[in-house]
Amino acid sequence: MSPDLVARRTIETPEGVGVVVELADIGTRAAALMIDLTIIVCLALVGGLLWHWVLTPIFGTHASTALLVLFSFFLRCPYFLCFELRWQGQTPGKRLLGLRVVDRRGGALSPTALAARNIMREVEVFLPVALVLSPPPNMSGGTWWYSSALVWAGIFAVMPVFNRDRLRVGDMVGGTWVVSTRRTALESDLTKTANTHRTDVFHFTTAQLNAYGIAELQVLEEVLRGPHTPTTRNTKNEVCDRIRARIGWQGPLFAADVDDFLSAYYAALRAHLERRALFGDRRADKHAAAKASTAPTTGDSAPRAARQTAWDE
Amino acid sequence: MADEALASRRFREERQESWRQLEALVRRAERDGLKRLEARELLSIPMLYRACASSLSVARSISLDASLIAYLESLTSRAYFVVYGVRVGLRALAGTFVARDFPATVRAARWPILLAAVLLFGGAAAGWTITASDSAWFEAFVGAEMAGGRTPAATREELAATLFDKPPPEEALAAFASFLFSNNAGVGMLCFALGAAFGVPVVLLMVYNGLLLGAMCAVFSGKGLTVEFLAWLAIHGTTELTAVVICGGAGFHLAGAMIDPGRRSRLVALAAHGRSAAVLVLGAVLMLLLAALLEGFGRQWITDTAVRAGVGGAMLAGWCAYFACCGRQRRSAEETARLGR
Repeated sequence: MSPDLVARRTIETPEGVGVVVELADIGTRAAALMIDLTIIVCLALVGGLLWHWVLTPIFGTHASTALLVLFSFFLRCPYFLCFELRWQGQTPGKRLLGLRVVDRRGGALSPTALAARNIMREVEVFLPVALVLSPPPNMSGGTWWYSSALVWAGIFAVMPVFNRDRLRVGDMVGGTWVVSTRRTALESDLTKTANTHRTDVFHFTTAQLNAYGIAELQVLEEVLRGPHTPTTRNTKNEVCDRIRARIGWQGPLFAADVDDFLSAYYAALRAHLERRALFGDRRADKHAAAKASTAPTTGDSAPRAARQTAWDE
Repeated sequence: MADEALASRRFREERQESWRQLEALVRRAERDGLKRLEARELLSIPMLYRACASSLSVARSISLDASLIAYLESLTSRAYFVVYGVRVGLRALAGTFVARDFPATVRAARWPILLAAVLLFGGAAAGWTITASDSAWFEAFVGAEMAGGRTPAATREELAATLFDKPPPEEALAAFASFLFSNNAGVGMLCFALGAAFGVPVVLLMVYNGLLLGAMCAVFSGKGLTVEFLAWLAIHGTTELTAVVICGGAGFHLAGAMIDPGRRSRLVALAAHGRSAAVLVLGAVLMLLLAALLEGFGRQWITDTAVRAGVGGAMLAGWCAYFACCGRQRRSAEETARLGR
């Protein structure tokens, strides 16, 4: 999924740092629910078989029926509630797909919030399922009642589609978000991998470093971190040509030097921009950089331009 | 030359060891749970987490390395979920819930609960009056399956027999009680959940159940069994109906946030009301468990009208005292901190 389609939200932690979370997309959540419902159905089957073959012969019909009834009660909302309490906001389905329930206000997830969001499943999941499985009542206007009940229950079921935060009614009532927890690995620092013995060859003037801003720097970072494929090779060559044209690079450059040139320019540009930023001059992109270098001002007043198009001119 | 300028790289080299430590701990906590970690490791997580959070804010201001910031954001949020997960110690929480949170929340939500009570008992009074004046209405209120022969056409002896059944074998009582509990708890939770539909279905549920109850009362009182029927009902009914009324109140409490959120946004009001309504429902489910035991066992064992009425009355008095008095003391500062907001 492209970064633009990912909805991000910020939770203010008690430490005062904004933690960015990614809202889980609806398809993944539906899949997690399906996994949980499958587990529930399997558990119900196992429970029924145990009841028939093991419990009834040992404890007699009545006592084992009591157990079965309580077990099937547990397999509704309490299943979700107990897992989310024990597994820090995750059910088996959510855990498999890397989803998690979090409090919208930040801070600890309270058991009452979890109870509220899961009891709501009565109308969001179990009522529609019960309606679908049961035939329309056999009375005058029965079909009408039945279909309107289905539509009404359907409104609850599809609620996440209709709001920006993809909240189902249970999330609204519980004050929760469902977020996807993505693991990101720590990648190497590109300025360190820059081929240091070539820095004498690639020396850039301040004017050459003033050509670009942060947006271009980070696109360059993406290109440099790209996989070793012919496509990346082509992109690197293209980017290299554009940079050389823009900064007016006169020095010698062989095809084999493209990577070294880009790494060296990245390291120099990052050092330059970070130093400027320390002095309160954050250059969002090349337009801001051009403006800042001709008429030195502080702050980044220029809006952050679309990053991907920054190189296209 | 570039080296001395790149503060962001030196910053990273100094801190990355602690990030990797935190990452390893968080990975284990995510996979095996916090309980598998050693005490020393557990204690180090909050410290490393705070260091990581501060690294993130430093990195955001001094570093232009996008992948570094993405890594720190992901690590901080994962560690945050570990540090601020669901509080452990559910057993202690259950204690405060019964002793304080539930009765205090019931008192705070007394108006919606009162509304539910008025609808239920108003429905019962209406059902009783209507059925008493014209017994043809009985069939409209009570389905044949539900009535189980307890119709206006039944004789006094037949009706009395339903009140003073011979107790079935004890194992059957357990099955009966568990069925009653799961059924009633399901209805109670539905009452709460339906509050999200502006409370309209909750009104219908309350009034309809009241009508049903009133119609049954009318049948028995028509044959001069008023006291016997009420005692038969009261032994579990004082607990069960109180719980039902609290569930209805939870539904109305939720509906209140949607109809009149006040100065807050509807979403914020709904979340606040939803949490307190959940406390009401959880408490009511516990009450329904008790009611199911009283109905499943107590009512079958105790067949004496006076004793039935006495048990029911004592339960009612107990609930009134519980909701009126318990949980009035204020939370200590330490508990407030532990419970969060």
